[in-house]
Amino acid sequence: MAFDDAYRALTDHDDDARWAYGTGFADPFAGVPTELPAGVDPADLAAYCLMLGDDALIMSHRLQEWVTRAPELEDELALANIALDLLGQARLLLTRAGQAEGSGRDEDTMAFRREAAEFRHVCLAERADADFAHLVARLLVLSTWRLAAFDRLTASRDPMLAAVAAKGIKEITYHRDYAAQWVVRLGDGTELSHARMAAAAEAIAAPAGELFRPHEVEIRLAAAGVAVDPSTLRAEFDAVLGQVLTAATLDPHIFDTEMYAPADCGAAATMPPGPGAPGGRPPSGRDGEHTAALHDILTEMQSLARAVPGGAW
Amino acid sequence: MTTGEAVFTETIERDQRVEPADWMPDGYRRTMIRQIAQHAHSEIIGMQPEGEWITRAPTLRRKAILLAKVQDEAGHGLYLYSAAETLGADRGDLTRRLIEGRQKYSSIFNYPTHSFADVGVIGWLVDGAAICNQVPLCRSSFGPYARAMIRICKEESFHQRQGYELLLNMMSGTPAQRDMVQDSVNRWWWPSLMMFGPPDADSPNTAQSMAWKIKRHTNDELRQRFVDMTVPQAEALGVTLPDPALRWNAEREHYDFGQPDWDELRRVISGDGPLNRQRLARRRQADEDGAWVREAAAAHAARRSGVPA
Ligand SMILES: [Fe+2]
Ligand SMILES: [Fe+2]
Repeated sequence: MAFDDAYRALTDHDDDARWAYGTGFADPFAGVPTELPAGVDPADLAAYCLMLGDDALIMSHRLQEWVTRAPELEDELALANIALDLLGQARLLLTRAGQAEGSGRDEDTMAFRREAAEFRHVCLAERADADFAHLVARLLVLSTWRLAAFDRLTASRDPMLAAVAAKGIKEITYHRDYAAQWVVRLGDGTELSHARMAAAAEAIAAPAGELFRPHEVEIRLAAAGVAVDPSTLRAEFDAVLGQVLTAATLDPHIFDTEMYAPADCGAAATMPPGPGAPGGRPPSGRDGEHTAALHDILTEMQSLARAVPGGAW
Repeated sequence: MTTGEAVFTETIERDQRVEPADWMPDGYRRTMIRQIAQHAHSEIIGMQPEGEWITRAPTLRRKAILLAKVQDEAGHGLYLYSAAETLGADRGDLTRRLIEGRQKYSSIFNYPTHSFADVGVIGWLVDGAAICNQVPLCRSSFGPYARAMIRICKEESFHQRQGYELLLNMMSGTPAQRDMVQDSVNRWWWPSLMMFGPPDADSPNTAQSMAWKIKRHTNDELRQRFVDMTVPQAEALGVTLPDPALRWNAEREHYDFGQPDWDELRRVISGDGPLNRQRLARRRQADEDGAWVREAAAAHAARRSGVPA
């Protein structure tokens, strides 16, 4: 039986770049120095990398839950893309956290072996999405904040953070645009979609405040030229959100709520308390204080890795 | 014979491509739409069995690979629906046909994924069988389909390699992992052979499809090719294939192998496979849950362009 030569085209795999398909991450940073910046507490740098890395890892998980559930095929592709980008950022940042703490913990140990109280993301990242409006509202808030932060982090004294930020900016710009377009379409769509978009924005307005409340680690590292003080991102955030919400025919001041209380995340009761916060400040996700939603995520995400100790994958 | 008909016949005979604006027989158009749509549906439903493992992938690298693969399948669905649309079909309408059970998708996706080894075995065997089926389609007589298939086949070959690489790693792991791989191979081998369709003797559409050069090889030829390609890979991996009749035939220079349970295939095709209802229910649920979002997008677009929705 004679077969077309087309088969042969598939058996010579010389374009190995495609193999990795965004999954290898050592290469793009091969030339970036890994020494820690002078005068910085390595524990602070590790904690900060976990904050940014866990925001991405946990939000990526929530996006992964939308796979095969998106409203349209184009969104199936877009949401998977965003989930992949965030996963890539998380891998780099968790790896950097392990380098900084000098513990030898790699990205997988960080992702699959930490307990809930060791995670440092904001509660907005772990929230389950009641519907597509909630998802795009969260994505808009998180990516607007992250873009503003990464923009400043390109000048970080930590070369690795600066490199991650520089690489991430293009990705997050796309995430923010994608989310903004949907917020506008839903807000300015049908009566039903308007109501749902408004409800979603209101529901996440208070939790969003957590992003801007500086943690001691952020303040110390910002002073050392390594991190960003998140309170300085507020003006840019408000301007972007105001513009998007106006175009969406929604109240442009929904996110002006300066007040943030842990109860807004539905925190506490069901979870063992995290390590808490110093100085009487209410504890937040940055301190390891999380909701039952994180418990659900970790149960799922870590189940297989923990079930096969010493497994090779 | 009309001029259009003559041109069509000549195009086919000369092994050239029929393009959407060309005259074509109604039967050809209908067959092409059905073939492309069912292929598109298979890509979309095919996201489900492996998609279930993304959130549980045991390493971040595997998570990224799996997520990228499932995303590729969504992309394949998208190109294929677009190719069907060049023939006058409508994506929304095709989706409804799928959801209502009026159009089929590949039966292989009605089987469950019990372990993470299934992710590797699906890549190796299912994507591998898909490649054998699909490479000849890169020469399909319908231009948009042939072009979509070239890109798709390239990506399927990455899926196959990635799946095989996962299995190689797992075989180097713990004894429990090796058992997982063997168990998975045992479950997927026969369904993979069924992916080539019933034996030629029972395949009524083959002759016309071969004449129109929609199809280039018979089911049995493709199945043989797949077996010949896979047996040495199984040996290299260190797993056995669950077929006592499998052996090299030096005279034919091909492997002899046993026949799958064709009654099982008929049951699965007719809707009675392990997960037919669940797969369609999930697709239907996503479509229903997304309806208000699509309506909002349409209303917004209409307002933007000044045309009432
Ligand atoms: Fe595919
Ligand atoms: Fe594939």
